[in-house]
Amino acid sequence: MSGQTQRLNVVPTVTMLGVVKARLVGATRGHALLKKKSDALTVQFRQILKKIVSTKESMGDIMKNSSFALTEAKYVAGDNIKHVVLENVKEASLRVRSRTENVAGVKLPKFDYTADGDASKNDLTGLARGGQQVQQCRVAYIKAIEVLVELASLQTSFLTLDEAIKTTNRRVNALENVVKPRLENTISYIKGELGELEREDFFRLKKIQGYKRREIERKRLEAAAKDKLGDKFPLHKDVSFNSQNLLAAAGGKDEDIIF
Amino acid sequence: MANKAQIRTNNSALIAMIADEDTVVGFLLAGVGNVDLRRKTNYLIVDSKTTVKQIEDAFKEFTTREDIAIVLISQYVANMIRFLVDSYNKPVPAILEIPSKDHPYDPAQDSVLSRVKNLFSSESVASGRR
Repeated sequence: MSGQTQRLNVVPTVTMLGVVKARLVGATRGHALLKKKSDALTVQFRQILKKIVSTKESMGDIMKNSSFALTEAKYVAGDNIKHVVLENVKEASLRVRSRTENVAGVKLPKFDYTADGDASKNDLTGLARGGQQVQQCRVAYIKAIEVLVELASLQTSFLTLDEAIKTTNRRVNALENVVKPRLENTISYIKGELGELEREDFFRLKKIQGYKRREIERKRLEAAAKDKLGDKFPLHKDVSFNSQNLLAAAGGKDEDIIF
Repeated sequence: MANKAQIRTNNSALIAMIADEDTVVGFLLAGVGNVDLRRKTNYLIVDSKTTVKQIEDAFKEFTTREDIAIVLISQYVANMIRFLVDSYNKPVPAILEIPSKDHPYDPAQDSVLSRVKNLFSSESVASGRR
C-alpha cells in the first residue's frame, strides 16, 4: 500500500515532466512485452506439464518390460551374468548430448542420447547360453534410456521454465504495482505543482494589473484636478508642474517596489 | 538468466545411476556405465549393506560432477534421502526417479511430479493422463 502513495523525488519542472512521461511510456511498453513473454512461457509450460505426466506413466510400463527382459536373461543365462556385466564396464557407449532450445528468450536444455556404435562390446556376454535373451534385454534397456532421457529433458525444461515464469511474473507485477503507480503519482504531482505555479503567476499578474490600473486612474483624476486648479489659478502653474513631476517620480518608484 | 548452471552444448555427458543391483545391471548392459582412470564409477549399487551416508555421498557427488547430465535414482532409494532430493533444484543434472523391480512406483512420492501436481489442478492432471 505504501507503494500507492509513493512518488519519485524530483523537482517539479516541465523538463522533468517530459522525462517522467517518457519513463512511464517505457514502463508501459515493457509491461506489455513482459506480459506477452509470460503468456508464451506459460503456454509452453503447460504443454511440458502434460508431456511429463504422460511420459512418467509410460516410463512405468517400459521399466517393467525391461525388468522382465532382465529376469528372462538371468533365467536363461544364469544369475552370474550380472558379474560378467559388472566386470565388463569400461567406458560408456551410451552418452547424453545436450543442446539448448530457445523459447521466448529462455534457454531450455534438451538432451539427446547418442550411442557410440560399438554395441558389440558386450557381445560375448551370454555366449554360453541365453545370448538372445541378453540382446533383447539390452534393447529393452536402451529403449528405457530413450524414454528416460526424454523425460529428463522435459523435467529440466520444467524446472527452468518454472524459474523463468516466476521471474517474469515478478517483473510484471513489480512494473504494474510499483513502478507504474509511482511514475503516475510523480506525473500528477508535477502537474499539480506546475498548475499551482501557473495560478500563482496569473494571480500576481492580475494583481499588478490592478495596481497599474488604479495608478493610472489616480493620475488621470489628479491631472483632471490639476487642470481644474490650473484654470482657477494660472499663476501657480509652476508649483502644480513640480508637484506633477514629483508624483510621476514617486509613481515610478512605487512600481519598482511592487515588482 | 534463470539457468545459471552452464549448459554444456558440445560435449557429451554421462548418465549416472543410484539403484538396486538388477536395475544397474540392466542399464550397464545397455552401455551406460563408465569407469574412469581413478576407478570411479558413475553408478552406485544399493543393497541391504549400503548405508544412507553412502547414498548421500554418491548423490552429492553425481549432482556436482561436471560430466553428468542425468541422475537416475530408484524411488525407494530416493525416499531414503528424500530431503536431499527435494532440496535439489538445479536444472542440470536432471534427477529422475525410476521405479525399481521390487518396489512399485508411486507417482505421488516423486518430487517433481508432486510439484507438477501442485501447479496443475487435480482434474487437469487427470485429463492429461487420459
